[in-house]
Amino acid sequence: MAPIGSQGCFSFCSVRGMGIVSPGFHGRPPADQDKRLPPGQYLTEDFPVLSAGPTPRVPQQEWEFVITTEAGQDYRWSWGDMMALPSQAPTVDLHCVTKWTKLDTAWRGVSLDTLFEGVETAADFALAFSYGGYTTNMPMQDLLDGQAWIVYEYGGEPLAPEHGGPARLLVPHLYLWKSAKWVRGIRLTLEDQPGFWETAGYHDYGDPWLEQRYQGD
Amino acid sequence: MARTAVSGRLIWRVATLATIRDETATARTLSFDVPDWPGHLPGQHVDVRLTADDGYSTQRSYSLASDGGISDGGISDGGISHGGISHGGIELTVQKVDDGEVSPYLASVLKVGDPVELRGPVGGWFVWRPTDTAPVLLVAGGSGIVPLMAMIRARQAAASRVPFRLIYSARTPADVIYANELRLPAGGLDVHYIFTRNGTGRRIGVADVNTHGWPADFEPDCFVCGPTGFVETVADILVALGHQPRKVKTERFG
Repeated sequence: MAPIGSQGCFSFCSVRGMGIVSPGFHGRPPADQDKRLPPGQYLTEDFPVLSAGPTPRVPQQEWEFVITTEAGQDYRWSWGDMMALPSQAPTVDLHCVTKWTKLDTAWRGVSLDTLFEGVETAADFALAFSYGGYTTNMPMQDLLDGQAWIVYEYGGEPLAPEHGGPARLLVPHLYLWKSAKWVRGIRLTLEDQPGFWETAGYHDYGDPWLEQRYQGD
Repeated sequence: MARTAVSGRLIWRVATLATIRDETATARTLSFDVPDWPGHLPGQHVDVRLTADDGYSTQRSYSLASDGGISDGGISDGGISHGGISHGGIELTVQKVDDGEVSPYLASVLKVGDPVELRGPVGGWFVWRPTDTAPVLLVAGGSGIVPLMAMIRARQAAASRVPFRLIYSARTPADVIYANELRLPAGGLDVHYIFTRNGTGRRIGVADVNTHGWPADFEPDCFVCGPTGFVETVADILVALGHQPRKVKTERFG
């Protein structure tokens, strides 16, 4: 992208870099937090909800989480198993493809490094799947090294169903649709397999800092 | 499940505001000329990008209100102006949000002839296709009517005989968007209103959805759009009434 110059604008509609100027549009004054704002995003204090259908209600006693390897081997955790694992309390920024960014969200959950400790796999790709049928894909390496969690508390409270409770995947360095709500498991695959939104035209990887919203971005 | 793949790269296009139509005291419909618009399906949205003269830029998503022009012809067969698009044009209906950064600009400042950048169409899940045959239930909260109106318009443009029912929750009768167009609905479209701030105003409940929706046995396609609390309530009601969750498609704002 061409750098945006600081010269004056003499016509109502001038072309600059990739963008055209919208006459009379000023927007919000920049703040210090802007450094934490990926391109095309705006800050919100709310916690908007984005989902494609009704919110599944999954009782904790019926909940389970399963990792299935490319060889077909299952590793299962009940709710009690998950609660017994050491937890972490990540505070992260969330970036939704619908343009909002929420800073400093506080979660509690289990690192995927912990869950993958005993899992034997050579898979390069992962497909997360959810109660309710949602799926989303990402490279295996994006789930490891302190980058991803199964979270069950938000702001010190049990995670509400509309935000993905009882537990959701949290992969905050990718757009939020990758952080599958109501997560039920992860299937490991040798080949990349697009999930729900990825099949519907959204970007396969979804890096907010590269503004990878849609296919071809 | 069939979806619309968004093929190729979504490029930014310069759209020019062609006409403005006031819908309510706080909502207006903007009709844009968009060169080489590829057409869209009702329910899809566009991303709008605004850039200030100091280079500051921001984006928002807006549902398309126009029918999409995918199924051509018959746009004005009823003699009622219903906002169907002309070729190379799209319509957005913008509700002014007082503390918003973008909607007050689109709803109050933008003038005919002004340019904005947009790209799309986006979204392949919350869509109705004129070739679909199941009965349709539309449930709108406030400006959640916009993508649902696109479906109603597409049904009419395609002369589809699929039966539609619309349950539309608004604050008061004066807040109903597309009121004239919905006053004389086409055959096969039933419209039921719920007013939340009008006299004995109340929120949507099980009885509304049960009485004015379709029985779950009919396996209707249900589309619910509105604020999060509204969508959560209605989607939960539909599931409780026996509708399959996969037949309930939702879109939320706020």
